[in-house]
Amino acid sequence: MGIKKKKDPNDPFYAEYPIVESHEGGSIILANLEALINWSRKNSLWPLTFGTRCCAIEFMAAGASRHDFARFGAEVARATPRQADVIFISGSVSYKMAPVLKRLYDQMADPKWVVAMGACAISGGPFFYNSYAIVKGADHVIPVDVYIPGCPPRPEAILFGIMQLQKKIMKERSLRGKKEKKVQP
Amino acid sequence: MSNEELKNKILAICPDAEVTEGKQFLNARVPGNKLHEVALKLRDSKDLAFDYLTCLTGADFPEYMTVIYHLESTLYRHMMVLRANTADRENPVLDTVSDIWATADFHEREVYDLLGVRFANHPDLRRLLLWEGWGYPLRKDYVDEVRIVDR
Repeated sequence: MGIKKKKDPNDPFYAEYPIVESHEGGSIILANLEALINWSRKNSLWPLTFGTRCCAIEFMAAGASRHDFARFGAEVARATPRQADVIFISGSVSYKMAPVLKRLYDQMADPKWVVAMGACAISGGPFFYNSYAIVKGADHVIPVDVYIPGCPPRPEAILFGIMQLQKKIMKERSLRGKKEKKVQP
Repeated sequence: MSNEELKNKILAICPDAEVTEGKQFLNARVPGNKLHEVALKLRDSKDLAFDYLTCLTGADFPEYMTVIYHLESTLYRHMMVLRANTADRENPVLDTVSDIWATADFHEREVYDLLGVRFANHPDLRRLLLWEGWGYPLRKDYVDEVRIVDR
């Protein structure tokens, strides 16, 4: 007889999570395939390090032992885009850096997500806003999934951002394709 | 060496320099066409021995551009500030000092990049940070309608 793992009914994705049954010698996972894929993707987000300014320090703090985003499966910060799933843009993007960011994004394997972290990556920043050298928000270069405000955001905010991204991944239609829009007659 | 002695030495090297005492350093303004000659003498003179260029910056004024050289002697530990004006603001040219102090090479490229001061006889006068065709963003009349919001 297996032990059925209880699901938390307060979880917004109560119905989406797979059912895990543990048996002697192995476990059984029951789910629809898309939910299973999303579930496994969201729990192994490997971030790409892209630290251009002081937000990178806060990102390191979020990865270090006190806050430890390994709890969300995001512990392996990669230095190469080929092995990364999510890019954290931690810092401002200058016009000289923008082509590099674009190339890194293109080199990442699908599925890939982007988190813009801090005021600089969101809007050009509180200090460099009126500058000839700074792109006014990383979303001018690549599409952004989650914005984490702050200057810089605290590690708790980064963890919250990761959780938001996980929620977004759970809602993705990874097998069914894009939802068809209903055309008004 | 006291500032008074320094002042006399500098005036002996270059009689038409304007030497004033600033808050911190002794300031000497020399004509742009004599800059290289004066700088070489400041370095090679035995009792001045300004062998260290700590900083090289540029400044934009309505009629001219100024390049400012902070000099120090590692032997005697005295410091001074040397300034030179360009004759023309729109097309400013000065002699390079990168053959005297090698550190001036990149500093002059930076001044060229941001202010557009060209340094004659510089070994490799390319832009340092921005790319060709950008304009000179630290000039007071620099206009960038796309990137800078005029408030």
